[in-house]
Amino acid sequence: MARTILAKLKRGLFMTHTEFLEKVGEAFRRTGPVEARHIDQIEDALIAADASVTLSVRLADELRARVRSGEIQNAEQLRPALRKRLVELLRSVEESSKPTGQAHSPRVTLLVGVNGTGKTTTAAKLAKRYRETGRSVILAAADTFRAAAVEQLQYWADRIGVPLVHQNEGADPAAVVFDAIARAKGRGADDVIVDTAGRLHTRANLMKELEKVRKVAGREVPGAPHDVLLVLDATTGSNGIEQAQRFGATAGVNGVVLTKLDGTAKGGVILAIAESLKLPVRWVGIGEGEDDLLPFDADEFVDALLAAS
Amino acid sequence: MLESLQDRLGRVIKTLRGEGHLTEYHIDTALREIRLALLEADVNVDVVRTFIERVREKAVGKEVLSSVTPAQMVTKIVHSELVHLLGDTTTDLNFKGRPAVVMLVGLQGSGKTTTAAKLARWIRQKKHLFPLLVPADTSRPAAREQLLVLGKQANIPTVDTRDLNDPEAIAKKGLREAMIKGYQVLIFDTAGRLHVDDELMDQLVRLKKILKPQHVLFVADAMTGQDAVRSAKAFHERLDVSGVILTKLDGDARGGAALSVREVVGKPIVFAGVGEKLDALEQFHPERMAGRILGMGDVLTLVEKAQESMDERRAKRLEAKLKKNKFDLEDLQEQLRTVRKMGPLQQVMEMIPGMSKAMPEGGVGEAQERQLKRMDAIINSMTPKERRHPQILNGSRKKRIARGSGTSVEEVNRLLRQLGQMRKLMKRMGKTNPRILKRQLGMR
Repeated sequence: MARTILAKLKRGLFMTHTEFLEKVGEAFRRTGPVEARHIDQIEDALIAADASVTLSVRLADELRARVRSGEIQNAEQLRPALRKRLVELLRSVEESSKPTGQAHSPRVTLLVGVNGTGKTTTAAKLAKRYRETGRSVILAAADTFRAAAVEQLQYWADRIGVPLVHQNEGADPAAVVFDAIARAKGRGADDVIVDTAGRLHTRANLMKELEKVRKVAGREVPGAPHDVLLVLDATTGSNGIEQAQRFGATAGVNGVVLTKLDGTAKGGVILAIAESLKLPVRWVGIGEGEDDLLPFDADEFVDALLAAS
Repeated sequence: MLESLQDRLGRVIKTLRGEGHLTEYHIDTALREIRLALLEADVNVDVVRTFIERVREKAVGKEVLSSVTPAQMVTKIVHSELVHLLGDTTTDLNFKGRPAVVMLVGLQGSGKTTTAAKLARWIRQKKHLFPLLVPADTSRPAAREQLLVLGKQANIPTVDTRDLNDPEAIAKKGLREAMIKGYQVLIFDTAGRLHVDDELMDQLVRLKKILKPQHVLFVADAMTGQDAVRSAKAFHERLDVSGVILTKLDGDARGGAALSVREVVGKPIVFAGVGEKLDALEQFHPERMAGRILGMGDVLTLVEKAQESMDERRAKRLEAKLKKNKFDLEDLQEQLRTVRKMGPLQQVMEMIPGMSKAMPEGGVGEAQERQLKRMDAIINSMTPKERRHPQILNGSRKKRIARGSGTSVEEVNRLLRQLGQMRKLMKRMGKTNPRILKRQLGMR
C-alpha cells in the first residue's frame, strides 16, 4: 500500500515539475551570470503555477534586488534561493497554527469549502487517518443539501468502518452536528469529523449556516470546532485566496486541505494563501482511494514545484 | 476586489490626453497593465501572451475618437478583441438524431452531474424536446443516486443504471432505452477523471465510439487557474470536444479560465452554470464574460436582474414620480425591497462598474444587509400618510415610529436624511442626458 502512495505522489510531482521547468526554461539550467530574462522566466513560471500575480511579482522583485546587491551572481544560485524563500514562506505559517484542542473530547473537525473540491472524500480519508493513530472517529453527514451526499459518505463510512451520523436530506446541518457530538460523547469517541455542504463563499445565507454549525458545536464541546479545514482544489486559481479569506472570516478556518494534487495540479495558490492569510496546509489529497491523503510537507511541495529532486 | 481595467488604464495613461492616435508609448504602457489584469483574472500565461500581441497589432496607429480618452479607446479594443475570442455571439445548441446524444466530460468536481440535470431541464423547457438522463459515473460513490434524485426534482426521466458497473454497458442500455421509448435527447453523465489518467481517458474514447454523440461537452469550473489550459487540451485531443460549459460562475471568480479553455479548444462556450438550483443554467454571453474578466462589471446581468425583480408597470410609475420629484418613503421601500430581491447586496454591488472601489473593506456584508432590514422596519411602522408626506414627521411621531420598529429616533432621522439626499440625486439624474448616463454606467 505504501508503495502505491509513493508511486502516485511521484506521478503527481512529476507532472508538476515538467510544467514549471518548461516555463522557467533556461533560468534554472544555465550557469554563469544572471540575466534579466531569467528572473522574468521565474516570474512567469510562478504565475503559471497559480502563485498569484502579486506574490509572483514580489518574489521576482526580491530576486532582482538580490542580484543587484551582488548577493546572487550566478544563475545556479537562483533555484536554491527561490526554494529557500518558498519553504520559509510555507513554514512560517505552519508553526503559527498547530492543530488545537487535543485535550478536549470529542475533538471536532469541520470540513468546509466551495462545491466540488472533494470535502466528502476528504472526510472519509481523514477519518481513516485519525483512526490509524488509534483514535475512535464518528463521521457527521452535515451536507444535507446535495442530492445523495449522505449516501456517498455512507459508502465510505461502511468501507472504512466508521460510524456515520446523518439525518434526512434538507435537515438542519447544525442539528446533525449536535447529534453527532451527542453520539460521540455517549460512546466516548475521540473525534467527530463533519462533512458540510459545498457553498460559494459569496452566498451570505449559506455562510451564515456555517456560523450556526460552529456555534452549536462550541456549545456542546468547549473550544469546538477545534479544527476547521478549508478543502481547496489544487487546480483553483486566484479565487482560492478569496475563498480562504471569506471562509476564514466566517467559519474560522485554521488550515487547508489541498486536494487533487495528483495529475497536473500545482496548487501554487497556497503560497499566496500562506503569504496573505497565514493559513497552513495540513493535508494533501493525491487520489480517489481511501489512503490517498498525506500530511503536507513544505519541502516536498516546494521541491515538486521547482523540480529539484 | 480588483479594480477595473479602465480605471487602471486611466491612471496610467491619463497624462496623454489629446493625442490623435494611439502611439507605441500609449500602447506599451497599456498592454503592461492589460497583461497584469488578465493574469489576475487567471487567464493562462501563454494565452495572455498571444492575446497581447493581437491587441498590439490592432491598436497601433488607431485613431482616437475625440469623445474618448486613450484609456477608453484601448479598453474598447481589448474588450472587443476579448469578445471576439470568446466567440462573439451566443451559441445555440441544436439537437439532431434519434436520439441526439450529449456526453458530459470533465475533471472531478467540475459539476457534471448537476449540469446534466440542469441541461435536461433546459432542453425540456426551452427546446420542448424529451430528454433522458443516463447516469454513468460508476466511480464516485452515490453519484448515480444523485442524478436519480436530481432527475426526479427536474421531472426528467432518468435511467436507473445502478445494476451495471461498466460505463460501456450503461451506454448501450441508455441508447436502447432512448430508442425504444423515443426520447429525443440522451444526456450521458460520465465520471470525473484526470486528464493524465490514460486508462480512464481511453474509456471515454470507447464510450464515444458506442454513443456517437452529437455533442461532447467539456464541463469546466470557472474558478480554475492556470491549469485550465492543460486539462481542456487533453480532453479535446482525445475526444474532439464540441463545446464547453462553464460552471460556478455565480461566485466572484473573474473566470479567466473561460478564455483559456476557449483558446485551446476553439469551440464555443455554450452554457454557464450560475447557481445550485436546477434552473441556474444560462446560455453563455461572450460580451458579458469579457466585461467580467476585465473587471468592468456585469451591467447587463444587473439590468436583467433588476428587470426580473421589478415589473415594468412599477418602473413606469416610479419614473413618473422621479420626474415630478415626488419620490417618497413608499417608493423608497419598494426600491429597497427590489434591491434585496435581486440577491445578496454584495453580489449586486459587484455587478456595478466602479463599485468595487466604493465598497468598504471586506465587502458589503451583513451590516449593510441588516441596515436595509431596519430601514424597511422603520417605514413599516409609519402610517400611509406619513410615508407619502414625510414632512409631517414631528418629534412625537418619530418617537412612536422608533418604538414601533425597535430602532431609535436617530435612525429614523438618518433615513429621512437619506431620502432627502436621494431626492437631490434623482433631480440631478433627471437632468442628465440618458445617453451620457448609460455611458457612465458602461453600457455604451
